[in-house]
Amino acid sequence: MAVPILKQGDYLIASIQAALSDSDVLRLRDDLLDRAGSLRSKGIIVDVTALDVMDSFAARSLRGIAHMANLRGARTVMVGIQPEVAFAMVQLGLNLEGVHTALDLEEGLRFLDGLTKEPRDGRE
Amino acid sequence: MTVASDEVRVRIASDDDIVTARQEGRRLSAGLGFSSTDLTLIATAISEVARNIRVFAGEGQVQIRPVHERGREGIVVVARDKGPGIADIERAMQDGYSTRGSFGLGLPGARRLMDEFDIRSRPGKGVTVTMKKWALGGG
Repeated sequence: MAVPILKQGDYLIASIQAALSDSDVLRLRDDLLDRAGSLRSKGIIVDVTALDVMDSFAARSLRGIAHMANLRGARTVMVGIQPEVAFAMVQLGLNLEGVHTALDLEEGLRFLDGLTKEPRDGRE
Repeated sequence: MTVASDEVRVRIASDDDIVTARQEGRRLSAGLGFSSTDLTLIATAISEVARNIRVFAGEGQVQIRPVHERGREGIVVVARDKGPGIADIERAMQDGYSTRGSFGLGLPGARRLMDEFDIRSRPGKGVTVTMKKWALGGG
């Protein structure tokens, strides 16, 4: 199932809606990198709230997306990792080194704003 | 997918089958008193062994069934393929060992997620992984 990608200002938001097969993950990677380039996005949010399993392949692929996007000038933040999924990832020995994470979409947007928005004159 | 009583068999021959196997594992385990965290651990472990089949053998089968033993309830997952097999199992079970450029965490990771884990293989004869997890109060 294709993951819908929404444009919101300078950011792209990919909301994973259902279980992802390996090919779905790779398609998400290609779609996100394409659109981030053509829309000159400064930030990407990958919302994994609905994901009930993050195995080694998914984690490696999502980490790859973040690194590739970063090389193209877009910062990526992954939001919504469920507590059970976080537990399983730790047991599995997975880490998302180099990938920013946030609790939910709202925190993710705030995080990207902090990274990408210039402070206004007279305000820090 | 074949269902015989409360046993589920999922043929693994595509990416989608990996998803089906872990979903079936979660569904079957959900009726056995596992916590939601355990259900996620089981589904994740199934995902790893099913992918191992895809990557190393192309196709195979994952069989999932409840197990009752000495008053405890649990689930047993058997992943089988007839692929090239693993020459050096001990090495394959080390974290970070990978011949396919992956994390190399699949099998050792699955072992950590489950309570019991057994892997048998002979070169040319495929791989059989048997793993168990016990529900609350179990092992």
